[in-house]
Amino acid sequence: MARAAVRGRLTWQVARVSSVTRETDSVCTIGLEVPDWAGHQAGEHLDVRLTAEDGYTAERSYSIATADGEPVAITVERLEDGEVSPYLTGELRAGDQLELRGPIGRWFVWDTSDGGPLLLIAGGSGVVPLRAILRHRQRSGSEVPVRLLYSSRTLADVIYHHELDQYRGDAEVSYTLTRSQPPGWTGYSGRVDAAMLSEIAWPASQHPLAFVCGPTRFVETVAEKLVALGYPASRVKTERFGGT
Amino acid sequence: MSSPVSRGFRHLHRSSVGQEGRVPPGQYVTEGFPVLSAGPTPHTPLQEWTFSIRQGGDTLRSWTWEEFQALSAETVTADIHCVTRWSKLDTGWRGVSVDTLLDQVPHDAPYVLAFCDGGYTSNLPVKDVTGGQAWVAFGYDGQPLQAEHGGPARLLVPHLYFWKSAKWVRGLELRDRDEPGFWESYGYHIYGDPWREQRYAGD
Repeated sequence: MARAAVRGRLTWQVARVSSVTRETDSVCTIGLEVPDWAGHQAGEHLDVRLTAEDGYTAERSYSIATADGEPVAITVERLEDGEVSPYLTGELRAGDQLELRGPIGRWFVWDTSDGGPLLLIAGGSGVVPLRAILRHRQRSGSEVPVRLLYSSRTLADVIYHHELDQYRGDAEVSYTLTRSQPPGWTGYSGRVDAAMLSEIAWPASQHPLAFVCGPTRFVETVAEKLVALGYPASRVKTERFGGT
Repeated sequence: MSSPVSRGFRHLHRSSVGQEGRVPPGQYVTEGFPVLSAGPTPHTPLQEWTFSIRQGGDTLRSWTWEEFQALSAETVTADIHCVTRWSKLDTGWRGVSVDTLLDQVPHDAPYVLAFCDGGYTSNLPVKDVTGGQAWVAFGYDGQPLQAEHGGPARLLVPHLYFWKSAKWVRGLELRDRDEPGFWESYGYHIYGDPWREQRYAGD
């Protein structure tokens, strides 16, 4: 509750799209120039509002993909039956404008003073706020030990692959591919399970801090297994998205 | 400030017949039942579960699970609205009205803080949890309420954003002052009326 300081009211403002970068077949990172941004903590999100020609508006929340101090960016996965994400990942171009407000969500955040060791566990696009945490850790020169376990369907679905590989040496980055693995794959295969976690998770005796983000079922399973490994519930922060 | 129009962006999620007037602004209807939680799902054994009404450090009344099940329960059909923008219509619940619980203690406090397993809390005005507007629900869709949806029991206050319907609820603390609960202290609105889009502090 240390960061429960009062912030001002969140007002909508017009941001300009500075870049649209394709990460995978279904995922884009959207760079944003936000005229009046008060800064954010790694792990927070923002709200986007789109307005159609007939005046219809739709709002959605997206995790912020960058560290505080960097230009704001969001990474968006196209949902086939979605209304906003197909537009953001398919139609949006650099130079376009959109409305946003934020940052929001001071719970699922990490700062250097929160310490560690850090355990980051991502399912699919749940890697986005965890990437912000990794970037913040690196930019701030923190030496808090960190391990990332990132579950994707296939190698082609891995978001930020090149960047995450560059953290190796400083951070311990592990992948698991659940649907198919390329020839010669040396990472993990299959869904995150107790055996995988017992290899990767810091021992509970080191008082680690875990962040778990992904689809509901993934988060539910991982958080439960971390508790079974002795992690206090208060040291396992979760964020979920998607359907049931 | 006029909103920039996003060329090519179109309205796809149309309300169905009969849904007009039931979906608050900025919400869309889902058939699923998404989950929003800050941490691992607690699993409190029923033999250890109690529901308590407290005030100023005193427990005014407490029920075991067995005693709670013996209270008169109601079947409730309600539309629910999550601050993350999904709404789910005609959800079916089974639970004990908060009126039934508060009727068993003397009280004149204007607020309650719902307290829960896992350390969650949520603040509500008493006038919003009385008058047939709130329940402690232990059944969903004809089944026991699943843990990930707040079982064994959660608060059900369908006229406010659904985070106010605190999961894994273990009691109500009567309070003289309205102090923010868990999500409220992390930037979410102190009251949370979906029809006024009170999502975040200051909305």
